[in-house]
Amino acid sequence: MSILIKGGRVVDPDRFVGVADVLIDNGKIAAVGPNLSASVGGRTIQANGKLVMPGFVDLHVHFREPGFEYKETIQSGSAAAVAGGFTTVCCMPNTNPVNDNQAVTEFILERARLAGLANVLPVGAITKGSEGKELAEIGDLRRSGCVAISDDGKPVMNSLVMRRAMEYALAFDLTVVDHCEDLHLAEGGCMNEGLVSTELGLPGIPSAAEDVMVARNLSLSELTGARLHLAHISTAGSVRMVREAKARGIKVTAEACPHHFLLTEELVRGYNTHAKMNPPLRTWADVQAIKEGLRDGTIDVIATDHAPHATQEKQQDFTEAPFGIVGLETALPLTLGLVEEGVLSLEQAVQKLTSAPAATFGLKKGTLAVGADADVVIVDPQEQWEVDPSKFRSKSRNTPFAGWKVKGRVNATIVGGSVVFQTALVER
Amino acid sequence: MSLKRKDLLSLALLSVDEIMLVLDTADSFKEVTGREIKKVPALRGKTVVNLFFEPSTRTRTSFELAAKRLSADVINFSPSASSVVKGETLLDTARNIEAMQADIIVLRHSSAGAAETLANGVKSSVINAGDGWHEHPTQALLDLYTIRQRGMNFSGLRVAIVGDVAHSRVARSNIYALLKLGAEVRLVGPPTMMPRGVEKLGAKVYYNMDEGLRDVHVIMMLRLQLERQGRAQFPTIREYSRLYGLTAERVQLADAGAIVMHPGPINRGVEIAPDVADSLSSVILEQVANGVAVRMGILYLMSGANS
Repeated sequence: MSILIKGGRVVDPDRFVGVADVLIDNGKIAAVGPNLSASVGGRTIQANGKLVMPGFVDLHVHFREPGFEYKETIQSGSAAAVAGGFTTVCCMPNTNPVNDNQAVTEFILERARLAGLANVLPVGAITKGSEGKELAEIGDLRRSGCVAISDDGKPVMNSLVMRRAMEYALAFDLTVVDHCEDLHLAEGGCMNEGLVSTELGLPGIPSAAEDVMVARNLSLSELTGARLHLAHISTAGSVRMVREAKARGIKVTAEACPHHFLLTEELVRGYNTHAKMNPPLRTWADVQAIKEGLRDGTIDVIATDHAPHATQEKQQDFTEAPFGIVGLETALPLTLGLVEEGVLSLEQAVQKLTSAPAATFGLKKGTLAVGADADVVIVDPQEQWEVDPSKFRSKSRNTPFAGWKVKGRVNATIVGGSVVFQTALVER
Repeated sequence: MSLKRKDLLSLALLSVDEIMLVLDTADSFKEVTGREIKKVPALRGKTVVNLFFEPSTRTRTSFELAAKRLSADVINFSPSASSVVKGETLLDTARNIEAMQADIIVLRHSSAGAAETLANGVKSSVINAGDGWHEHPTQALLDLYTIRQRGMNFSGLRVAIVGDVAHSRVARSNIYALLKLGAEVRLVGPPTMMPRGVEKLGAKVYYNMDEGLRDVHVIMMLRLQLERQGRAQFPTIREYSRLYGLTAERVQLADAGAIVMHPGPINRGVEIAPDVADSLSSVILEQVANGVAVRMGILYLMSGANS
């Protein structure tokens, strides 16, 4: 089965930007160029005025299965992913049981296969049970299909354990991902520490809780030579340190989430639990630093930290409510907002959603090169719409962006040559 | 004039006029509490529910007495053990109570923002009787009432609030109200007990108690939470007491007519020396007595009985 995507504006970062046709055959990209013709019996999609891009790659999602299927399943999470243009997602290991062994990894991959929507690639735990004490069987995790390791949500506090994990990961060429948070400094905190937390009487998480762990991890990466990826950085301090580390040649990459380049701690006022996430929303100055980091390349990747929680969980009082928001179905227009604002070029924005995250974990994804897997997204960059959580494919509705009027919408998502998501598109 | 709001959640939200209205209304009820028969029919047929998720004796008793003196029906509900264990959310608990036609819910909760969350979810009036470290508006109102009763003007008044400001809802409510009323607010305590950025609210921070107390008209002591000892906030009660305990000598540094306040319960010999607590400058028991009158005024204003 072949698909010809005609007349769209192709944005294939670092390779080609311009109007062209894209021909898909046998699940692979067969050709990109002018005036391609469809194979006999193939499908043709008219994409005039649309953007045609490699499917997006999200390095940071929580699909909650096994263990918390009432929040999200691999099926519902995958449906949310492809609706948002993401064809590859990397799911964090903080499930129950934790993905710290081959059996859980294989279970996730099997569920993903049954869902048959996105490429779901598991991230394995660094330590057994993500307890920060003993290394998980990282070799086994790699062999069974994990693409990186992280104790996301339960950061490795013991620096010796982190050092050993980085050293050990070298043997398998695995990227080590850390959620940078000093749990002692952050103890009991539920929002950014500052004037707003003081006024609201909420326990704060100082930006230093992130910064000291970024500093530690950079030192350990320098010591071990390991490939380090910093998840969802949120502070001006993190951006500054990563910039400096990169200049010195440390093998570090960093990601930022849309909420951290769009929202500030002010949103917490009124004890809005949809403004509760970890790392917390920071200050205006931090938001500016994150944007500057995205602009100058210090921050390589835009990820969602898609963290579904049930409505009743987010209806608890602020200190009790869990951290996190869903993000897969809003990330695209929010990222395109940075283009509109002049922070990023369109190509840069697409790069941070495609080729850059793929490179970070060494995935053969995020490109429209001939022979690559035919993971493609077609987007109408002009379509305006209002974020309505009741229409989400995700099982959960926890977003601070409800009611936002945004621009740019996914029209079709193709994974491995199959159309897995589609809105109105002219076909012939 | 009346309080045109459904709930009393925080003093940050109240205007100067509203604060003064509460104090004036309390004045008229203060007279009632001095009568032989301390009861008026103002809230007859109304139901007040004391919903206390945190143990509290004095605030709950004060509200109960205030409601009873207004002839309201009062129910005390302390779900700390029962429904929380069953996994019921705050909102569900409150909706159950509302379904029993409660007119006013008085909420004490360990989480900041709990009163606001509740107020947004129920039609009953909600009075915040303390939410986490956030606010304790009725305590601050009774503090203000006590200050005013002593003939002091808020404008230009120098008030020192001493102790663990970071974890104190009493401090926050007083800071908001006193600054609005034109007072100078000094916060005295070790840096580990000062919340980030608090000086941006307009208060002055003093790490040295003697400097902080100089020429103040009101010394407002906060209760030291003894369980915080050794948890990096302060090394020992002994050292805390030496640096920030209120002694008779330190009271001498304040204005000659200065009063000493404490929201209770007091730790004698820790944050306040026994002879200071029992001295003529102490208004601690007046605060308790005024608490009933002030809460009567608040319940009255919130019940809509005046409209």
